[in-house]
Amino acid sequence: MQPVVTAAGELSNDEVRRYGRHLIMPEFGMEGQRRLKASSVLLIGTGGLGSPLALYLAAAGIGRIGLVDYDVVDDSNLQRQIVHGQSSLGVPKIESAARRMLDINPHLEIDRYEEPITSENALRIIAPYDVIIDGTDNFPTRYLVNDACVKLGKPNVYGSVLRFEGQATVFYAQAGGPCYRCMFPEPPPPGLVPNCAEAGVLGVLPGVIGTIQATEAIKLLTGIGESLMGRMLLYDALDMNFDFVRVRKNPNCPVCGIPAEEVELIDYEQFCGVPAHDHSTFTATGTANMNGHTPNGAHLPVPQISVRELKQRIDAGEDLLILDVRNPEEFEIAVLDGTLRIPKPRIEMDVADIRAGRRQESDTVLAQLPRDREILVHCRSGVRSVDIIHVLRAQGYDPAKLINVDGGIIAWAVEIDPTMPTY
Amino acid sequence: MATIKIPTPLRVYTANQAQVTVSGATVGAALTDLTTQYPDLRQHMFEGDELRSFVNVFLGEEDIRYLDGMNTTLNDEASLRIIPSIAGGR
Repeated sequence: MQPVVTAAGELSNDEVRRYGRHLIMPEFGMEGQRRLKASSVLLIGTGGLGSPLALYLAAAGIGRIGLVDYDVVDDSNLQRQIVHGQSSLGVPKIESAARRMLDINPHLEIDRYEEPITSENALRIIAPYDVIIDGTDNFPTRYLVNDACVKLGKPNVYGSVLRFEGQATVFYAQAGGPCYRCMFPEPPPPGLVPNCAEAGVLGVLPGVIGTIQATEAIKLLTGIGESLMGRMLLYDALDMNFDFVRVRKNPNCPVCGIPAEEVELIDYEQFCGVPAHDHSTFTATGTANMNGHTPNGAHLPVPQISVRELKQRIDAGEDLLILDVRNPEEFEIAVLDGTLRIPKPRIEMDVADIRAGRRQESDTVLAQLPRDREILVHCRSGVRSVDIIHVLRAQGYDPAKLINVDGGIIAWAVEIDPTMPTY
Repeated sequence: MATIKIPTPLRVYTANQAQVTVSGATVGAALTDLTTQYPDLRQHMFEGDELRSFVNVFLGEEDIRYLDGMNTTLNDEASLRIIPSIAGGR
């Protein structure tokens, strides 16, 4: 493949010493290093995937790296986000990452975008870079980054992880390759695919996938080797398997199958049915709309109760029905006293059986959820509980009687019981 | 008998089986056998008789959309896999 950038500028003696082990490889040489020096990379997300990317790309001698993240470092990040450390807790992630990257390589220039990437700002943020790297954590942002890259003709180095599995490829429609939508034309229904906060991720896993993304970015910039474009790596850490499948360009792709200038950025939260980031005001409509029709009562906002109000009601001796829809592994970490614990997948499976006529409601977990009582639903942070509220509404439960515990057990731990472990 | 690799997000519907052995001369028959063994999978994979568009089924390294779709024929050693959309990265 043709290199994405042309070599420019000379290396100083300091840089020659620093990059010596690149320079002596015939495939790379002085020209490859000068290409890296002239190049710019946008790193969207400085978390699990973004950490190894930030470290290795800084070390490799990329001239300019843009960092996009709006989050601050939290101790639950440190199991995998190795660019950050204990000394950065509470610090904006881009600041924490920039600090470490400049320590690795003072020749580096860093651009900071401390904001969520949205349909409004994506073109402005992406346009000034040669290669875009997607290290985000949600479907709306992945479709957004894809569409914006297709529109602007940029290569999108893709990586994604969950539990013990990872995927990596290069989407580059401008160079005749496929885009994300050729492989994944539509997002999965909300709730089917959990995120890492819900389902977990082996800390090392984003390290493996992120370093593969870094490798592919360097290959694109310097034009060496065979790009991963057109192939997708499927990594399974449990079996220690690296498999490859072919990713073809769909000639009828609604995004890369039309002229790039006609690509329009849409409302990706609406498209995916889930919020794109923690600061989003989008209200999830939940699993129940997976058949494409609006679930019963989905247009009504979900009533919320704060953990403080919940605490007051418990202290007042009210007989409350509190439903915890987290998974059994999470119950072992922390629970609220006296809750009814039924994991979300169990409720969804039982509801599927009822809808398919395989079981009567009285034979399922719904028998434990009376329709005439108020039910306060909680999970870890308040996303899965909203999903379950929509599932129950679609089963004819009174929307006014299903209340979401805002912020879930995490909010409880922060605001009510600081001795409770969080995760 | 062909095998089908089940991705993590769908294993909750296959009693945590990562790989399922299925019978069938075509991809369609194999997937029907899969969803007969694990009925809860059906609504997540199919809309009526059509595969949902977010479900990617590969035979070997090829997307069945670029083969003969559900009519793609299988031999006994066929290795199918469902490739999930996953979005994790943080």
